[in-house]
Amino acid sequence: MNHDPVDPNASPLGQPIERREDVRFLTGKGLYTDDIQLDGMVHAVVLRSPMAHARILSVDTDEARRMPGVVDVIAFADIADTAQPIPVRLAQLPGRFKEYSQMPLAGDKVRYVGEPIAVVVASSAYEAEDAAELIAVEFEELPAVVTFADARRDETLLHEDLGSNISTNYTVGRGDIDAAFRDAAYTRKERFRTGRHSGVPLETRSLIADWNPDTERMRIWGVNKVPFAVRDMVARMLRMEPEHIDMLASDVGGGFGVRGEFYPEDFLIPFLARRLGRPVKWIEDRREHLMATAHGREMECEIEIAVDADQMITGLRASVTVNLGAYVRPNAGVAPAKCGQALPGPFRIPHYQCEITTVQTNKTPAASYRGPGRYESAFFRERIIDLAAADLGLDPAEFRLKNLITAAEQPYDIGSLVPYLGPDSYDTGDYRSTLNCVLEKIDYDRIKALRGRKIDGRYHGIGMCCFVASAGGGPGEHVLIEVEGPGKVHLYIGSSGAGQGYETSMAQILAHELGIGFDDIVVHHGGTAKLPYGYGSWHSRSTVMAGNAITNAARTLIDQMIELTADRAGLGSQALEYRAGAVYPRGKDTPLATLDSLAEQIGADEVRTVLAAPGLYETNELTYTYGAQVAHVAVDADTGKVEVIRFVTSEDVGRVINPLTTHGQSIGGTVQGMGPAFLDEFVYDSSGQLLTGSFADYLVPVATDFPVVESITLTEYPSARNPLGVKGAAEGGIGAPGGCLGNAVGDALRPLGIVVRELPMTPSRIAALLEEAGC
Amino acid sequence: MTQLIEVSMVVNGERRSALAEPRHSLAHFLRDKLRLTGTHLGCEHGSCGACTVLVEGRSVRACLMFAVQAQDANITTIEGIAQGDELSDLQRAFQRNHALQCGFCTPGQIMAATELLADNPDPSPDQVRHAMSGNICRCTGYVPIIDAILEVAAGRRESAAQQVAE
Repeated sequence: MNHDPVDPNASPLGQPIERREDVRFLTGKGLYTDDIQLDGMVHAVVLRSPMAHARILSVDTDEARRMPGVVDVIAFADIADTAQPIPVRLAQLPGRFKEYSQMPLAGDKVRYVGEPIAVVVASSAYEAEDAAELIAVEFEELPAVVTFADARRDETLLHEDLGSNISTNYTVGRGDIDAAFRDAAYTRKERFRTGRHSGVPLETRSLIADWNPDTERMRIWGVNKVPFAVRDMVARMLRMEPEHIDMLASDVGGGFGVRGEFYPEDFLIPFLARRLGRPVKWIEDRREHLMATAHGREMECEIEIAVDADQMITGLRASVTVNLGAYVRPNAGVAPAKCGQALPGPFRIPHYQCEITTVQTNKTPAASYRGPGRYESAFFRERIIDLAAADLGLDPAEFRLKNLITAAEQPYDIGSLVPYLGPDSYDTGDYRSTLNCVLEKIDYDRIKALRGRKIDGRYHGIGMCCFVASAGGGPGEHVLIEVEGPGKVHLYIGSSGAGQGYETSMAQILAHELGIGFDDIVVHHGGTAKLPYGYGSWHSRSTVMAGNAITNAARTLIDQMIELTADRAGLGSQALEYRAGAVYPRGKDTPLATLDSLAEQIGADEVRTVLAAPGLYETNELTYTYGAQVAHVAVDADTGKVEVIRFVTSEDVGRVINPLTTHGQSIGGTVQGMGPAFLDEFVYDSSGQLLTGSFADYLVPVATDFPVVESITLTEYPSARNPLGVKGAAEGGIGAPGGCLGNAVGDALRPLGIVVRELPMTPSRIAALLEEAGC
Repeated sequence: MTQLIEVSMVVNGERRSALAEPRHSLAHFLRDKLRLTGTHLGCEHGSCGACTVLVEGRSVRACLMFAVQAQDANITTIEGIAQGDELSDLQRAFQRNHALQCGFCTPGQIMAATELLADNPDPSPDQVRHAMSGNICRCTGYVPIIDAILEVAAGRRESAAQQVAE
């Protein structure tokens, strides 16, 4: 689909400017971490546990050490004095939650298949793998805790000293839930389940650490998402000053929230680099990735809805349990907590109660993955809404439209639903508009006649899902503008990209603010060298945070330009103004200076001309995008295979910086979320063995799966919570497809008495439902 | 002592040689020995398509082929697609359609699309999707990739028709 032409005379802000990062990606000239080679570099391979739950009796590395090319082999004993448990970085949940932390290597026990036990370093990865096979580990197998029920029974404990597999339990809510259910005209209670899956970026995790013993500085490549936070943790673990560690930017092949939080390897590789005095490279392979990079989304929910005599939803009461795997990761609390916050969604539900429980099991540790807690809660909420609509004889769209929050009710007070945040409210928006938008686009009024009908051996259904998504996580962001010379402006931002297009979008913002050419600006992100701090890229925050910090920095730079010009012209600053990219005497039309003319002086005059402006934007107020999705599906009565005939998504993001990248995030996120409705699932057997260890078994969407996906971006309600009015667009589309497609298949199969309660809806699960229903 | 063999092949029209172990994959040979790092590794199981290159014009998973198997073969990698500084029509179409975000799958997509269009200059949308179904992308949702390829096919047919007319 060709984009609208770019108007070269208008500001670049809001225009579909083609990305400048594309050229190097398209020609194979990107610089991903594995593309980097350093002199004297050696390669690390991690030996991982083949058992889900076992005591480690011994680790014998002698034979491995003798293998050709091997430089070193380390196990727990070698790091015991240095390493610390990997701490919880944010989203601290009540109770002993943060104590379920992981050491960078397993000590006396392994708790999941994939847990690191030892590391081999050799002159090539091939040789390191050869040697790793010869490390002899003696295990004493323990019973595996795999299911929610296993965990809750607390018969076998993963962390004996903590006394339970239940790592947190708390309840949030608002209003008077008992009254809502007491006075309800209709209630219904159901149980639902979302299956374990994750972001699975195409580039696996990768790290290079390089220790310079002369300067005592460490350089690290391969970081993403929160490079400053990881830098600080590495510093703490290695007992170094954070300023002596440089996180260096490389290109990143996708993050989706699972790359970049602190993992065992983030300690092990720099530790080895310092120990060996040589650069150490570690590249995760795909099988490792599927068992060692954070999982997500595995939740069970019992949910009950209360509706009054006027078909208004008055109450929602739920109990959610989250399977967090073997350890609590640095950000493991986010998905459970955000699920509790997101469950009522964009609906006017005055009374709400949600109990959140997290359990630890012998599975890969789970943490936050794009739209954490929203994918799950949307499925739970939208399923019960659809079931209620059907019971009440209401059209599902009509039922939703009555209950969606309107613009007149904004800001809508949602109460205090997250333990580590205070009370909050939705900011702006009429939540009916995106639902109306998708219903119109899919021609709902015409196609709803197909609901539940069997045509040519397939049951047809229509499903919808509405969402509201918090974005713009705080507390702020740092940027720095440094002018090198005429037409050479460097913009450093505290964000850390993995494909979002910051090199283009952030330049658009700065070009707009300064009135200078877009092509004059080079954007740097991901590194730690130039900024006092950076908060990174997560919770759809970069456009909100870095974007607004850029406007602050631009204002500072403009003040500098006015000062310099005033100085040279012998005028007071108040006599000058900046507009249309130049400094003018107030009210006059002849410019005195431009950024380029001032930049010519850099390095050229006796008085050192410096044009550099830091920018900081700080807020803890979240913004809220919102949207809706609708799907038309056909379910094959014989095979259980579902065809998604049409899928439409719409999101109101408040304001668009670059429509190309916004649209890309929407379609990409939506398809990434459609996969797990049918495909993506980490499957474990009863002994805790991961059965889905490659792309042959762990299925992600490919080009033939969802051919018809349409997205409409709206900008009817900018955010009132930041000067740019932007809301963050990276995690909207992904949160709703589970609910949307669950409802669509549920709609198709409802005439058979089937209730869809679980994702993913694999052909075998659907076939089983059909068989159960006697079809 | 691991045996090193001199492996020699023609890559993007240029004769290249380096030492390799018999067990080194073509992907590792291209990336580590020849420093052509545009070919990426996403799985090493042959199931993601990121490492797709052309060997004698046919698409191959470079992760599943040994370097020694490519002795004296004609290889085309992503680095051989652009003409100097000028992007090919396929590369331009990808950029225009925003058919890439993180860029990691992109070289493989371009190589697979190159083979597709060479085999079938007038593919239907379904044929394009089918031919591209061996290339996983986590970022774009595929719609813009398919659009880009169809656009190129249409554009080439149009210029071919124009040339005939001239």
